[in-house]
Amino acid sequence: MSTDNTEAGLNLTELLTEFPEMSRGDLRDFKKGIDETFRDFTREWGESIEGFFVPLLKILVWFEKLVVATPWPLMIVILAALVYAGARSWGLVAGTVASLLVIGYLGMWEDMMFTLALISVATALCIIIGIPLGILMSKSDRTQAVITPVLDFMQTIPSFVYLIPILMLLGIGKVPGLIAVCIYAIPPVVRLTNLGIRLVDKDVLEAADAFGASPRQKLFTVQLPLALPNIFAGVNQTIMMALAMVVVAALIGVQGLGSEVLKAVNNQYLALGLMNGSAIVAIAIVFDRVSQKFGKRLQKHSEVIHG
Amino acid sequence: MADNSIEVKNLYKIFGAHGEKYIEAVENGMSKDDLNAKHGHVLGLKNINIHMPSAKIQVIMGLSGSGKSTMIRHINRLIDPTAGEVIFQGEDVCKMSKADLQEFRRHKTAMVFQKFALLPHRTVVDNTVFGLELQGVDKKERHDRAMHWLKRVGLEGFENNYPNQLSGGMQQRVGLARALTNDADILLMDEAFSALDPLIRMDMQTILLELQKDLQKTIVFITHDLDEALRLGDQIAILRDGAVIQQGTGQEIVLNPADSYIADFIKEVNRGRVIRVDTIMTGANGGSSITIPSGSRLEHAAKLMVESGEAEANIVDDKNSAIGAITLKSAIDAMVTPAAH
Repeated sequence: MSTDNTEAGLNLTELLTEFPEMSRGDLRDFKKGIDETFRDFTREWGESIEGFFVPLLKILVWFEKLVVATPWPLMIVILAALVYAGARSWGLVAGTVASLLVIGYLGMWEDMMFTLALISVATALCIIIGIPLGILMSKSDRTQAVITPVLDFMQTIPSFVYLIPILMLLGIGKVPGLIAVCIYAIPPVVRLTNLGIRLVDKDVLEAADAFGASPRQKLFTVQLPLALPNIFAGVNQTIMMALAMVVVAALIGVQGLGSEVLKAVNNQYLALGLMNGSAIVAIAIVFDRVSQKFGKRLQKHSEVIHG
Repeated sequence: MADNSIEVKNLYKIFGAHGEKYIEAVENGMSKDDLNAKHGHVLGLKNINIHMPSAKIQVIMGLSGSGKSTMIRHINRLIDPTAGEVIFQGEDVCKMSKADLQEFRRHKTAMVFQKFALLPHRTVVDNTVFGLELQGVDKKERHDRAMHWLKRVGLEGFENNYPNQLSGGMQQRVGLARALTNDADILLMDEAFSALDPLIRMDMQTILLELQKDLQKTIVFITHDLDEALRLGDQIAILRDGAVIQQGTGQEIVLNPADSYIADFIKEVNRGRVIRVDTIMTGANGGSSITIPSGSRLEHAAKLMVESGEAEANIVDDKNSAIGAITLKSAIDAMVTPAAH
């Protein structure tokens, strides 16, 4: 009896101190199974998926070539005009032109153009996919319940982790970089489109119903216009997050300011890192101020003049 | 003229997952509190029967929670009934398909809301064209029609302002212009003037009464204010706890309140503005130099008599022939004596 008790005691201690792990062999097979399955999937579908993204690659390459080939003075004028059109502020135009000149003078013009091209295409892609997705989410609580955790996942998982399957599927290049940026940057525009539509005043919606608006008319004449300030805040966040991803995108072969930062990290070039990093910050500030001011202008109608 | 009366028949609304299950219980006298406590359902409307006359103003009056806002939303079916019918031009609104209902809302009804419910991102004129835009009327025509009505409600010159730049009273004029621009047979007004301060409210009532002289629409007007109800309503229905407790003209209600609840309500009413001379006139004797048209209110009649120094007046019909007479004393008596109850 007594020996039995001691043995049981020993087993219990062992059970509490040692985690009951899967056996080493099983674990290896488990991981291998997943890897192999995905590799098979890649072999089977990799080419067609790559083919699917060819148009995207063409657009990105075309756009990159366009901005790089545009003579720098013309580019500065175009950017200054865009800034003015968005923000209606001469101060911001002056700041933008000054930072562009400094960046160019310090030899980062071409890299900056690559980065601008990537951010522009990524943002456009996020908007094209994100806004309809947000609308869909706002239409039904069930869709919202399905999409929200996916967005949470996309925002919290370390970006290096989803680089692995992207690399396995598409290899190194511009498109995988673009996709990685979009995965990280798309959640805000989806979330805020959804939120914006859900926050639209119920009384106004009821009025639209009372006047016989079809669901489509309601979306385009009431819901989207009233949600626009929120949607715009989402677009602003999306741009900021896309900029934050340029260094990670450089890891899988995207040329631009990010790849220079990466080079600086690998070789401990302090000056190179600081310069390119500051250039990214400058672009971020310009994008942020312009899109915020534009968003504010969209809400001009809400100024209360009469008390 | 087309018959644009609205017939509400046996209308029930029970809020909750299975409202239809409890209609019988409510018919058998289950109270609102019991229904809520025992079954978790809320009684909204209970066996409503109202004939809303064509081209007249039907007021539905009640305090908050009486079901009046629920009631008006059944006419354009913003709320689906649990049982019952709402008949307009021979068709039951409650049985319309989605597409028919959309057409019905676009062309037959227009609504004015308590909180205005204007589109904040659109200018006054762009708000006013809203109904026509949904109907697909072309740009030029809808703009012209909107401008016509903006002028009628006194908003000329404000067409390019945003709603937020206007006062409450002006915003509600936009709401009214938006509804009128639709040129629908039915005008639904859900506490349309309740959010406005008293002077502006009187103003808006005057505008509405003026407009109604030409418009001759079937107006359903919701209010919690008895003075407003008496001033506007050709017909008044009083709701309490989701049921109609009395309906009739303002005068009928003031002279014969159905129960003590209504009697309490009308205690403070200015009876001189409700009771008509026809109610108290006696046989014509032609002994007076002043005449008062039939249908005038007592206050108006008393004023005329006092101003002319006469103690008596003849009541004449629209052909100017005498049909009766009143004395100043009888007029004042009727104005100060509460109804017997």
